Amino acid sequence: MNLHSFLWTLKSPAVNDDLSLCVCVQYCLSGHPTLPCNVLKFKSTTIMLDCGLDTTAALYFLPLPLVHSPRLSKLPGWVSKDGAINLEKELKECSGRVFVDSQPEFCLPEKELLDLSTIDVILISNYHCMMALPYITEHTGFTGTVYATEPTLQIGRLLMEELVTFMERVPKAQAATCWKNKEIQRLLPGPLKDAVDVWSWRKCYSVQEVNSALSKVQLVGYSQKVELFGAVQVTPLSSGYSLGSSNWIIQSHYEKVSYVSGSSLLTTHPQPMEQSSLKNSDVLILTGLTQIPTANPDGMLGEFCSNLSMTIRAGGNVLVPCYSSGVIYDLLECLYQFMDSANLGSTPFYFISPVANSSLEFSQIFAEWLCQNKQSKVYLPEPPFPHAELIQTNKLKHYPSIHGDFSSEFRQPCVVFTGHPSLRFGDVVHFMELWGKSSLNTIIFTEPDFSYLDALAPYQPLAMKCVYCPIDTRLNFHQVSKLLKDIQPLHVVCPEPYTQPPPAQPHRSDLMLELQPPPMSYRRCSVLGLPFRRRYERIHLLPELARSLVPSEIKAGVSVATVSAVLQSKDNKHVLQPVPKPAPVPPSKKRKRVMEEPPEVLNPKPLLSGAVPLEPFLATLHKNGITEVKVEETADGHILHLQTEDVLIQLEEDATHIICDNNEPLRTALRDLVLRFLQKL
Amino acid sequence: MPDIKVTPLGAGQDVGRSCILVSIGGKNIMLDCGMHMGYNDDRRFPDFSYVTQNGRLTEFLDCVIISHFHLDHCGALPYMSEMVGYDGPIYMTHPTKAICPILLEDFRKITVDKKGETNFFTSQMIKDCMKKVVPLNLHQTVQVDEELEIKAYYAGHVLGAAMFQIKVGSESVVYTGDYNMTPDRHLGAAWIDKCRPDLLISESTYATTIRDSKRCRERDFLKKVHETVERGGKVLIPVFALGRAQELCILLETFWERMNLKAPIYFSTGLTEKANHYYKLFITWTNQKIRKTFVQRNMFEFKHIKAFDRSYADNPGPMVVFATPGMLHAGQSLQIFKKWAGNEKNMLIMPGYCVQGTVGHKILNGQKKLEMEGRATLDVKLQVEYMSFSAHADAKGIMQLIRMAEPRNMLLVHGEAKKMEFLKDKIEQEFSISCYMPANGETTTIVTNPSVPVDISLNLLKREMALGGPLPDAKRPRTMHGTLIMKDNSLRLVSPEQALKELGLSEHQLRFTCRVQLHDPHSDTDTLGRIYTHLKSVLKSYSIQHVPDGTVIVESIVIKVTSSAEEPNLKVLLLSWSYQDEELGSFLSTLLKNGLPS
Repeated sequence: MNLHSFLWTLKSPAVNDDLSLCVCVQYCLSGHPTLPCNVLKFKSTTIMLDCGLDTTAALYFLPLPLVHSPRLSKLPGWVSKDGAINLEKELKECSGRVFVDSQPEFCLPEKELLDLSTIDVILISNYHCMMALPYITEHTGFTGTVYATEPTLQIGRLLMEELVTFMERVPKAQAATCWKNKEIQRLLPGPLKDAVDVWSWRKCYSVQEVNSALSKVQLVGYSQKVELFGAVQVTPLSSGYSLGSSNWIIQSHYEKVSYVSGSSLLTTHPQPMEQSSLKNSDVLILTGLTQIPTANPDGMLGEFCSNLSMTIRAGGNVLVPCYSSGVIYDLLECLYQFMDSANLGSTPFYFISPVANSSLEFSQIFAEWLCQNKQSKVYLPEPPFPHAELIQTNKLKHYPSIHGDFSSEFRQPCVVFTGHPSLRFGDVVHFMELWGKSSLNTIIFTEPDFSYLDALAPYQPLAMKCVYCPIDTRLNFHQVSKLLKDIQPLHVVCPEPYTQPPPAQPHRSDLMLELQPPPMSYRRCSVLGLPFRRRYERIHLLPELARSLVPSEIKAGVSVATVSAVLQSKDNKHVLQPVPKPAPVPPSKKRKRVMEEPPEVLNPKPLLSGAVPLEPFLATLHKNGITEVKVEETADGHILHLQTEDVLIQLEEDATHIICDNNEPLRTALRDLVLRFLQKL
Repeated sequence: MPDIKVTPLGAGQDVGRSCILVSIGGKNIMLDCGMHMGYNDDRRFPDFSYVTQNGRLTEFLDCVIISHFHLDHCGALPYMSEMVGYDGPIYMTHPTKAICPILLEDFRKITVDKKGETNFFTSQMIKDCMKKVVPLNLHQTVQVDEELEIKAYYAGHVLGAAMFQIKVGSESVVYTGDYNMTPDRHLGAAWIDKCRPDLLISESTYATTIRDSKRCRERDFLKKVHETVERGGKVLIPVFALGRAQELCILLETFWERMNLKAPIYFSTGLTEKANHYYKLFITWTNQKIRKTFVQRNMFEFKHIKAFDRSYADNPGPMVVFATPGMLHAGQSLQIFKKWAGNEKNMLIMPGYCVQGTVGHKILNGQKKLEMEGRATLDVKLQVEYMSFSAHADAKGIMQLIRMAEPRNMLLVHGEAKKMEFLKDKIEQEFSISCYMPANGETTTIVTNPSVPVDISLNLLKREMALGGPLPDAKRPRTMHGTLIMKDNSLRLVSPEQALKELGLSEHQLRFTCRVQLHDPHSDTDTLGRIYTHLKSVLKSYSIQHVPDGTVIVESIVIKVTSSAEEPNLKVLLLSWSYQDEELGSFLSTLLKNGLPS
């Protein structure tokens, strides 16, 4: 089916009659509320907002063990009950579920909705929302620029490199594709059967692709005004969610779109969210709200600490599957204070990731991007995060992987922070195999991106305790409705799930956006025309022109001036300059011919307004030597008969008609007398 | 006529106590607030009484901007804000905000504790002053108020140094502070976009110098140090704690490592470690190479350079000591100098500029006998080398910055008058822009010519752009007509029709009718046809219609033909046009009077 025609029919109410007439069109390439990817066509500029990579697709795959796992290597292949479909090479049965035995794949933003090579710029809001960048910038003909803050670039690079390392450390020869066949997938057991868009899933990119993609990034600072082609100005604003995270303002002189993505009002380590600059938006695109609206991050942190200490006291180990940057800094800071007070000061923390060291080091050098509290520590000068001290005192140790020094140095009981939170790849897989069988140990989920039950599925049955303490500091519905009340955008655009209560809690109408006018919602592949009433554009009058204008007051406080000028438009900037004086006609024999040259095309005169009053006009005529005037009253005014000259002038409220034959000098003289009484516009 | 006024209170044809007042678009900005190293009296601070004779400065200044942490740019700040009185915002970058108070406290200690001066700012005043500081990031546009915005650009020079763009409406000024156009071992080069300011205010410390390549200077430096150490001599390098010190430390550290040298290198005062810490935490402000490798190897962790103790100065054998302050005007560097000056085996390397009046300046001018405080004179026997490592732009660099920013006017500060004179000529010649160099207290006025921003109705603009076609004809530019409505501070350019409508005015129709007699022996219809053909051939680019009801319409001009029964060959043409087609109507009536071609 033709995707395009499908879309156009799909969204008829939101799509205005003719998209080409819309000032701004939004193409939605991802329906995931927290991993957005939208494209705005705004004033002839094509702007991609974020390119999130949905890694939840990895949950359908078998874990990639770092160390040979007899359990995972001996799983039975899957054959349909009637034996008709045999996919034992591609699919394995594990813990009562069927998984794909292949390198894990991720769900990409939609690539067919519009030509990605036409994208001029990509704006990144935070490092979690840029993980699909190499898929977009490489091999699509993309030639534009990516804008991101320095922490976003540096940490984003670390997360991408980590992902690549995780994959490349455990190479898998086969790429399973047969199961994706529509006819076959239909017959598979759930949840594989219900996986969507499986043909768009791709395996991880390479380091070369990461480097190439990131070489297209141009760094920006908060509140920096970046001009795009003279037509649009984009500005990142602090969003308070993570180091360098930003919301974006996309505006021209007269239209303003705010793109709010992953924002937080909680005081954690990043610079607080900048709200006031979001005011006066025509359209606000809202993405990246909390994924766990019912969990309070502070409460979760408390639960995290108490579960951790309980396990350690009982002699067990704690496994924290997490990303290598972000909440882990807050967890370490929290534990830094907690462990001593809980009398657990000697428990070692291990942070295992190919980028653990870099992540810890980088976190200390972004003073400008931190909250006030941390900034003032840098002024002392002290490292802003206490994990520097944890490292110095050997309480926190970091290793690139479980291989090497770690295996000889590690002591139990301990706390291990490691990735990937999907539990499908990375060092965490090893710890699951190692500690899963003992009920002394605990796994504490803090990342909200994955359903913990799905994450654990291939490890069942599990003796280890599982605690779910998702910490999502992003805006909740209560905060966002207050925010929207403050900044009052004219229209809100948001992913569809935000317009209805969560499916699991259909009665919680407080867990959705209720706005007036109702938000425009989108899903993957929607195309929306954004409502703008654009009426003005910025233009500059050159000083010479401005000086030559003669304003006249029409009524109190309102003046007008007629402007005749030459328009120059360059790089989407418009300038009016004075009309150049015509070159003086050389005094030659040609003089006669001048009359025969028709006047310049289209040199319109100003419009006239006002009235020509009878008595003053007669007086003026008199002064100019026209004395014999016969005035005749009519229904609408007067007719003046200039008897000597045989000219008729019809004076009415809104019209003057001069009927004059064969006497051009007289006609023009009369014209000018009439014009004296009228305003020119 | 709008203008920009600039008055240096310090650094006008001088180096030291930088403080420049700028008035732009009704806003007053103070750029830097420094002290002068060469004076110990009132002249040490800028003369703020220029701004106001009595009372506080707050109401006269919209903001204060500090370009970097060197004392000749920020040393008078607590005096200005706390003792004279200023409560408005003070802008500086994060590293400057971090380091500035430490240097101020140092300065205060030397002045008050060592020299025993009273009536000087206190520690508390430094703290109170710093509370008024608003830190900013590179390239961040800070809206000081509705009209005034400032933006910082990277300047090299020292950690956190910035150039500032100050903008009100479409008028703008760029102030460079001190800057460096070539990257060095720890910092990058200054950069600015083509922002075309009305005025560029640039430092001009090295206005006449074109420095040889950095590499040569470094080699020369290392050779001199190495030779001295080899023959058992001691090397004293007076520096300021932050800036060149780190640059030279990196240089010596790598050299010691490579040559496997054993002679000790020391760095005086406890500030070193702390200073290096600042560099580590603000590593994003250093150059590309250091930033890239900092996770593996932090360039500011030195193996060979140790903290100095005052007793080490008397140790026998070779050593290299970095000591503060850099101009030998006080403190540890001066003490060590006094100890080592008598021995010709030793060497003094001055890596930076010395202000007039300092011991450093005297020695560099070849003075061999120095009068010290009180009685004794000091014979200077050690070798003296001057090597410019200060990270200022040289003449070439200044020209390069002008090329980058493309200012309409240029103003030089922070340099010596004679050298400025030379550079001024050069700039005026090469760029054909005016260049100014006011002395302290002297005001330069620069007339600006800002264009006027106006809101144009989209309909009018689109119509005009459509009619103008994609490529404007340079020979026959299209004239566009609009009406500018001025109301409550807003300027809107709309089509005349829209203006009438908006202002609630009705249009006044001015029409002309003209009868032209013509001898044409044809039927009326044929005559009309002949007129049509004739006009078609004359008026090539006009729309001409022959309407079946017996009229020819040219644009909006109506032409009818009548004749009387008596004289069928005498035609009367009736032409009627509105004022909007006046020129064409007038032309046609004259044209038709001349008859039709047969």
